[in-house]
Amino acid sequence: MATKIFMEALSPTMEEGRLVKWLKNEGDAVKSGEPLAEVETDKAIMELVARGDGVLRKRLINEGDSRPVGQIVGVIATKDENIDAILKEAGGAEAEAAPPAAEKATAQTKEQAGASPVPRAPQQAQAAASTPPQEKTAAEPPPARAPSTPSASSAVPSGNGERTKSSPLARRIANERGLDISGVQGSGPGGRIIKRDIEAAAAGGARGDQTTSDVRRQTSDVRRPSSDFEDIALTQIRKTIARRLSESIGPIPTFYLTAEFDLSRVVEMREAMLELGEEFKVSINDILLKAVAAALAQHPEVNAHWLGDKIRTHYRVHLGMAVATDDGLIVPVIFDADGKRLSEISREARELAKLARDRKLKPEQYTGSTFSVSNLGMMQIDQFTAIINPPEVGILAIGTATDQAVVVDAELQTRKRLRVTMSCDHRAVDGAVGARFLMTLRRLIENPLMLVY
Amino acid sequence: MPVITYRDALNQALREEMQRDDRVFLMGEEVAVYQGAYKVSKGLLQEFGEMRVVDTPITELGFAGVGVGAAMVGLRPVIEFMTWNFGVLALDQVLNSASKMLYMSGGQYPVPMVFRGPNGAALQLSAQHSHAFESWLAHMPGVKVVTPGTPYDAKGLLKSAIRDDNPVLVLEGEMLYNTKGEVPDDEYLIPIGKAELKREGDHCTIVTNGKMALVAMQVADQLAKQDIRIDVVDLRTVRPMDIEAIKTSVQKTNRAVVLEEGWELAGIGAQVVDYIQRECFDDLDAPVARVHQADVPMPYAKNLERLAKPDAAKTIAAVKKVMYLE
Repeated sequence: MATKIFMEALSPTMEEGRLVKWLKNEGDAVKSGEPLAEVETDKAIMELVARGDGVLRKRLINEGDSRPVGQIVGVIATKDENIDAILKEAGGAEAEAAPPAAEKATAQTKEQAGASPVPRAPQQAQAAASTPPQEKTAAEPPPARAPSTPSASSAVPSGNGERTKSSPLARRIANERGLDISGVQGSGPGGRIIKRDIEAAAAGGARGDQTTSDVRRQTSDVRRPSSDFEDIALTQIRKTIARRLSESIGPIPTFYLTAEFDLSRVVEMREAMLELGEEFKVSINDILLKAVAAALAQHPEVNAHWLGDKIRTHYRVHLGMAVATDDGLIVPVIFDADGKRLSEISREARELAKLARDRKLKPEQYTGSTFSVSNLGMMQIDQFTAIINPPEVGILAIGTATDQAVVVDAELQTRKRLRVTMSCDHRAVDGAVGARFLMTLRRLIENPLMLVY
Repeated sequence: MPVITYRDALNQALREEMQRDDRVFLMGEEVAVYQGAYKVSKGLLQEFGEMRVVDTPITELGFAGVGVGAAMVGLRPVIEFMTWNFGVLALDQVLNSASKMLYMSGGQYPVPMVFRGPNGAALQLSAQHSHAFESWLAHMPGVKVVTPGTPYDAKGLLKSAIRDDNPVLVLEGEMLYNTKGEVPDDEYLIPIGKAELKREGDHCTIVTNGKMALVAMQVADQLAKQDIRIDVVDLRTVRPMDIEAIKTSVQKTNRAVVLEEGWELAGIGAQVVDYIQRECFDDLDAPVARVHQADVPMPYAKNLERLAKPDAAKTIAAVKKVMYLE
């Protein structure tokens, strides 16, 4: 039986993917679980794996081309099987694949019972992913399983209107690993998704991570300047940044609150700890993260999500920290940051930053934040404004700590000062609310001993 | 460790328990002078005399009833049915007296006795003499039902059955009497209600009991050559059933085949499958498969009899099915 190769949702927020490289030629024998192609998602380069055995009969898109999730990009079948019908279907789908992303998700959920040639399963994943992944964080542990909801995974409608069948074990494993089962093609009787399919899907993702660094090395070699200008194609991550951030600054009525904190005691604290030994070394940024988390715990009104028809305040603090990478900005999350010790925050921040730079972050590591922090202090930026990462309602931009002449007890002194600017979504946060949060933060940063209170 | 037959293991159990407790006596057709239709009682008449090893007429209902009465007044009878196919004639005594007496007398009359005999099909004994009665007998509350598959289990379980204060039904096997296995010299008991993991593997569970335990072990050994590792859970006792053992294994392997000697409908396997779906729903990667006797009276013709019986080939096919290997 022929197996259609779909552009799969390889990250929870992926809406389209760019096929970077075919790993199989037409006519090559392929086995279920074998990588077929490398696909650049909005976050990383992942492998698209075969969901059936046979021969790669047709590659329907070229390297470098992008396709929306759910589009047929190739066909696996036996050597002599007639695949005309599928090719025709793929052609039809191609023509239909035009509407802009935002409309698409709603259109697709509405026309659930319609006879679109593109199967439902991957689109379902997409629709699920476009709702805030933090949906469940208030009541449940960190959203490792954010992308799939249990109800969706147990009875996912497939293209022909039937349920996608899956074994209870497969559903359980998918849930535990945060995999969206609707993107997985089943190899059991009647297309039942069983344990091995989930494992293959999970392994596909892991392998994708390993190949990314090689791919990056190749592209950076190509980028050596050879003329006055260089045209750089938009990468998926760049597109996502553009779309997301213009979504943000456009419809989000943002205002900014800037405050200058005295950092002397933070500096003292850090030095005092360092004197105790190298193992107690933490960065200023670690202490700031800890302070922000502690302040957020006291101000759930800014530790919140704007959900269109409601504001969801979170009582658990999942702190996003913006990390600059060669490919662009990504915001890994320190979950339950308010409950973590300074040493844990320090270690986790370091690890996440490294994973981000190596492009090895897993989707569950960069989704689910309730508030974010962006620090350009190390770049000698005195102060700046950061753009809110929706559906969050605030982000704190941290500048560089500088020596300033300030009046303390009627005397002129040199003190380390730090400027922070909080961007607030006015739909959810009023000026006074944001200011109160900053007052709490000031008290913590200027008296870091409060952090142990 | 000595290797002895299943027959001798039962004989040892009877002898040891009769030596240990003079309230224990054996009664049934041909158990004394003839030394047992299958020689399970060999030498017992000589050792314990005709008061304790008693030949009966061909009257199952009668001597089963005598046994129940003896148990009610303090003895510990072992009633041998030449086969359980004849034992059904005594079912009224088992069902209406033995299993209910403690309950209906408000706890005044325990019935500490054993009914035992071969169960299930042998070879070409045809439709009336090939019944596997596990599910019929295990259906009733008030009794325990053990189905030892090996000499070791036979001895340990029969001894426990004789010492139990409830009626215990021991289902042996005509085809098992000559099988051999290691049985220690030292005394041991096997607790009623405890399964045993007879082979260990993490790919698929086979839950079975009685004679089929041997088939399951054969299957496990054959599949091991194809790198398929089977957990063989030999229930040994079918009432009460060791649900924990089933659960532990299925949670490890995520798939199960239930192998039994009897018919499909309301069989022991049906009960096992029910426990699995209740306890292990989220652990299952495939529907549980069952292997059992064909839903027909056992044919006499050799070829048809072979087709009707559960066997290794059918079990292997079922294992491959639940492992999605076919």
